[in-house]
Amino acid sequence: MQVPAQVEYEQAASVEHALDLLARSGPEARILAGGHSLIPMMKLRLAQPETLIDINGLSELAFLEVTGDELRIGALTRHAGLLAAAGAGEHFPILHDAERVIADPVVREWGTIGGSLCQADPSEDLSAVFAALRATMVIRHPAGIRTVPAREFFTGPYETVVAPGEILTEIRVAIRPGGGSSYQKVGRRVGDWPVGAAGAALWLDGDVISGTGIGLTAVGARHFVAAEAEEFLRGRPATEENFGRAGQIAAENCQPVSDQRGPAEYKRHLASELTTRALRAALRRAAPRRAGGQRRPGDG
Amino acid sequence: MTTGFTANGAYGPVKRKEDARFIRGQGTFIDDIQLKGMLHGAVLRSPLAHARIVSVDASAAEGHPRVRAVITGETLAARGLAWMPTLSHDVQAVLATDKVRFQGQEVAFVVAEDRYAARDALELISVEYEPLAPVTDPVRALAPGAPVIRDDLDGRDSNRIFDWQAGDKARTDEVFAAADVVVARDLVFPRSHPAPLETCGCVADYDQVSGHLELWVTSQAPHAHRTLFALVAGLPEHKIRIISPDIGGGFGNKVPVYPGYLCAVVGSMLAGRPVKWVEDRSENLMSTAFARDYRMRAEIAATREGRILGLRASALADHGAFNGSAQPARYPAGFFHMLTGSYDLQAAHCEVTGVYTNKAPGGVAYACSFRITEAVYLTERMVDALAIELGADPAELRMQNLIQPGQFPYTTVTGWEYDSGDYPRTLQAALTAAGYDDLRREQAQRREHGEYMGIGLSFFTEAVGAGPRKHMDILGLGMADGADLRVHPTGKAVLGISVQTQGQGHETTFAQIVAQELGISPDDVEVVHGDTDRTPFGLGTYGSRSTPVSGAAAAVVARKVRDRARIVAAAMLEASPADLEWASGRWQVRGDPERRAGIAEIAMAAHSPLELPEGVEGHLDAETVYNPPNLTYPYGAYVCVADVDPGTGSVTVRRFIAVDDCGVRINPMIVAGQIHRGLADGIGMALMQVLSFDEEGNCLGGSFMDYLLPTAVECPAWELGQTVTPSPHHPIGAKGVGESATVGSPAAVVNAVIDALRPFGVTHIDMPMTPANVWLAVHGASSGDHVA
Amino acid sequence: MRQITVTVNGEAHAREVEPRLLLIHFLRDELGLTGSHWGCDTSNCGACVVWLDEVPVKSCTVLAVMADGHRVRTVEGLAVGGRLDPVQVGFSECHGLQCGFCTPGMMMTARWLLDRSPDPSPAEIREALSGQVCRCTGYENIVRSVRWAAEHGAGGHEPGEHSGAATGSVPA
Repeated sequence: MQVPAQVEYEQAASVEHALDLLARSGPEARILAGGHSLIPMMKLRLAQPETLIDINGLSELAFLEVTGDELRIGALTRHAGLLAAAGAGEHFPILHDAERVIADPVVREWGTIGGSLCQADPSEDLSAVFAALRATMVIRHPAGIRTVPAREFFTGPYETVVAPGEILTEIRVAIRPGGGSSYQKVGRRVGDWPVGAAGAALWLDGDVISGTGIGLTAVGARHFVAAEAEEFLRGRPATEENFGRAGQIAAENCQPVSDQRGPAEYKRHLASELTTRALRAALRRAAPRRAGGQRRPGDG
Repeated sequence: MTTGFTANGAYGPVKRKEDARFIRGQGTFIDDIQLKGMLHGAVLRSPLAHARIVSVDASAAEGHPRVRAVITGETLAARGLAWMPTLSHDVQAVLATDKVRFQGQEVAFVVAEDRYAARDALELISVEYEPLAPVTDPVRALAPGAPVIRDDLDGRDSNRIFDWQAGDKARTDEVFAAADVVVARDLVFPRSHPAPLETCGCVADYDQVSGHLELWVTSQAPHAHRTLFALVAGLPEHKIRIISPDIGGGFGNKVPVYPGYLCAVVGSMLAGRPVKWVEDRSENLMSTAFARDYRMRAEIAATREGRILGLRASALADHGAFNGSAQPARYPAGFFHMLTGSYDLQAAHCEVTGVYTNKAPGGVAYACSFRITEAVYLTERMVDALAIELGADPAELRMQNLIQPGQFPYTTVTGWEYDSGDYPRTLQAALTAAGYDDLRREQAQRREHGEYMGIGLSFFTEAVGAGPRKHMDILGLGMADGADLRVHPTGKAVLGISVQTQGQGHETTFAQIVAQELGISPDDVEVVHGDTDRTPFGLGTYGSRSTPVSGAAAAVVARKVRDRARIVAAAMLEASPADLEWASGRWQVRGDPERRAGIAEIAMAAHSPLELPEGVEGHLDAETVYNPPNLTYPYGAYVCVADVDPGTGSVTVRRFIAVDDCGVRINPMIVAGQIHRGLADGIGMALMQVLSFDEEGNCLGGSFMDYLLPTAVECPAWELGQTVTPSPHHPIGAKGVGESATVGSPAAVVNAVIDALRPFGVTHIDMPMTPANVWLAVHGASSGDHVA
Repeated sequence: MRQITVTVNGEAHAREVEPRLLLIHFLRDELGLTGSHWGCDTSNCGACVVWLDEVPVKSCTVLAVMADGHRVRTVEGLAVGGRLDPVQVGFSECHGLQCGFCTPGMMMTARWLLDRSPDPSPAEIREALSGQVCRCTGYENIVRSVRWAAEHGAGGHEPGEHSGAATGSVPA
């Protein structure tokens, strides 16, 4: 069996303590949350941190609440916790759509939202979801907190704006009425990383789209976002034709790469197809009575 | 506890004896073995697919405080152990000395105090490689000027391993020339891996004083392995004991002898302590016996009325860097010439070229019945291709061409003698169970709404239970199996068998076989297996041969005991043996059923001072060796119903109906479980399982993140049916079943998906039918051919 | 090295371990509890599933130090007071195992599922077990085994007893 290289280990008693440990341990320290991304990398010895700072005991980071017009998700919230939170799913069905298809039920019990986001794997589902929702990331550092829009959080594959010595503590999503959202993913099998996926959030003013967010996973979209497609939709009526066009625009503006999950051509197609499907489902959820179009495979 | 003995005899869905330990977590798998003073081994593997080894420097690893030995190719070469024979009369490097020939090849072996230190020390070995051009494509490997992978072999100037053919070429060409219709397809059966959930491993314990080697090893064939270790390691065979403990699945992966086993043995010799080596998952996927990897050109000939006349095929067989394929020696392409399938043909011919590439060695593994999987896939895809060409219904076309019950025993045009069958009855049973006509109506209705469902069929015939000694051997070992049966004075029996369960439930099924013959309860029969010191010689469990060969041996040895019991019973009952009859599990005097004796009473008498006839020694113990007169030929009809989303290429298998005929079912519960397993294999191979390589020879399926196996979500609730056509030559009429569903199911799934996509003009998709491959097929074929 | 105390199947075990030691190796090599297996390294196969406190985890992807001060339940702790869990009996009754290698992990997840959802549909069972691989059964009999356990509720059973008869204690 593959085993990690030798490593030091510290347990954090509080966020302050964790920050202190990070500062003392130097740049080769890593935060250990669920570990379901980090430990496999350590077993392959692709990651060889000098010190692990275990934050699993920090109950202050394991929360999930609606405060005023904001959904606040603590970074140590487990995937299963988010999936079980009825309120989160009510406001943002896209969260539950995504959580249902992330890894498997056992991994979801232990893997954390913050850990997934900080891993910043280009195929990681929540990055696109929070990008679509235009969430805000809360980052603690020794001097206080700073907030970063989700769309500026990811700086590249496996890279985020979280600097050495900092910790992602929370994700905030603004709650606005009149919206709907959906996440659509194609994998080769249940539990697989996506071949491609798209998340869409939609807010309507009458028939007109007043706001939208479209996130794309694993298809080489900058910052996980289909910005041009969002731009196209804003102010336009929520029609099947416009959703189709938005999908095409999303596809034209991403840069997928071929791998064993599929060729670039197919992933580009998925960017289009799944964007359209996600918009369609988001619309249905935003205004259930409006959804008169015929059902198609993949709706749901 | 269970009691499996009823008025109807010992056959039936008896609960498994094995389960008691497994449900408590008390199985003993290879990594559960702990010996006093045991060390741990780890293998350093090549990161490159093809490179010359310039130097190996192990000095830093040797200096690690917890390392006890480092073995390199040079260490082994000094002992004449750097190379070992494969099961196909080739040689394979144990640890590379000259070149590495595939990514993941064994280069060095570390022995350390614990498994973590062993792994750490691997990073301290520095190997200098001079990269060579890799060849992973068998077509390119045969092209002039291709790098010669096996330059270690004298006089070798190409990568061609063998050319082999079967059938009558001239006659086949004649039939094709005269046929109304000929349809051709290029078909790929991609490289796959059996991936048992437990990886391969061993614990080697060499006693330097006595010269005894005890080897606990994940082996499907402990006796064959004993002989192999004697031949390879130069150890006297009577001083080798192979123990195969509980095996966490095999499926063919645990048939070969792997370099790691030999390294552990040498490590134990050097360190004077037991050495455990268990590979990790990547090592298992990247270096141990793979399966399939056949590129086939297939043609089918028929009359316009749908009478199938002939099949013609040529195949490139990618065997990887060493020809380590495990099959009867005279059949380098296994039983691929079973490609005439279940149909009454006028002619058939196939030719197969074996090729070396810079990929892991192996070739026959994974429940394939020695490449009948490839053959059935080819045949059943071609029948569907013909159906498309003729505009015929694939079920009707099959029914029209099946071998008829009156034609058995049926000799095929490639030389097989099918022992028995009633194919039309089985196909009809499957169609009825599926509701075939209703499914076709539903399909038409759904298409009108833009929904695409497909119905795929497959009808297969297998040849299992290798095999008759005069035709079949592995490395000169004839494929017969022994059994011995001891009946203790109180009538409790211990059966020793040569085959090795990897989950098939031998401890239960074989007890039932003996119980049925002796009129006792299966609870009173202990089955011993997996220990060469305690069981008779035989070739082991693979190719669905346990029941056809070893199961026959068990029945025959039990009958020997019963015959001996007859003599003892006659003495007990003061009658002549000729006056006794076997009835209701007892010997009784014909015409006087009150005078009778069961095995328990007879056993006690056989051990007692009772006076026995001249020449009868007493006791009831017996032994036998079973040399099968022919293989057995299980068959089945499968129907798969799949839904396809053409917008994404996603496939969902909605239903799978499997009607199998494997002759007499000893334990129908276990048989059904075996079929379930193989059907999941069909889903896996058809939809997701593939070991692919990039141009540098990097394995792209080196973990379960990329080598995908089906889960409970992809598998439907299997719908099974059965017909029973006993094998006429098997002592209890049974046929093998362990691989039937693996062999028969992939074509049904592929045929279903293609059937779903007929409105898009799709006529073929290679496996695995991932969403991408399905979408590409729809996309590629949809221009101008969309008729929906 | 780090001193940890882990309560496994109700018994506290104190050990000094390397921080990198995986929980599966702690259980198997340090404590000799070999009922939990490992099959993949990458948290895909689920052969190593045990409970950490109240939830199932893939113990090949958890460090032993992370379990310090916590409770672990393994297949060896599935039978309570010498009585087999209905899940264990169900697997035997319904032929839910063949080679037995994935079985402990499957049973631990199944027990967790049934504690949360005592009457799961076959689809729920398949979803719950979707992070676990069985190479032998094709899953159908595993689904039936879990259903059997759901239908036979709490209490200990001996495999082979007539259904529903919850009597007798067996050596675990």
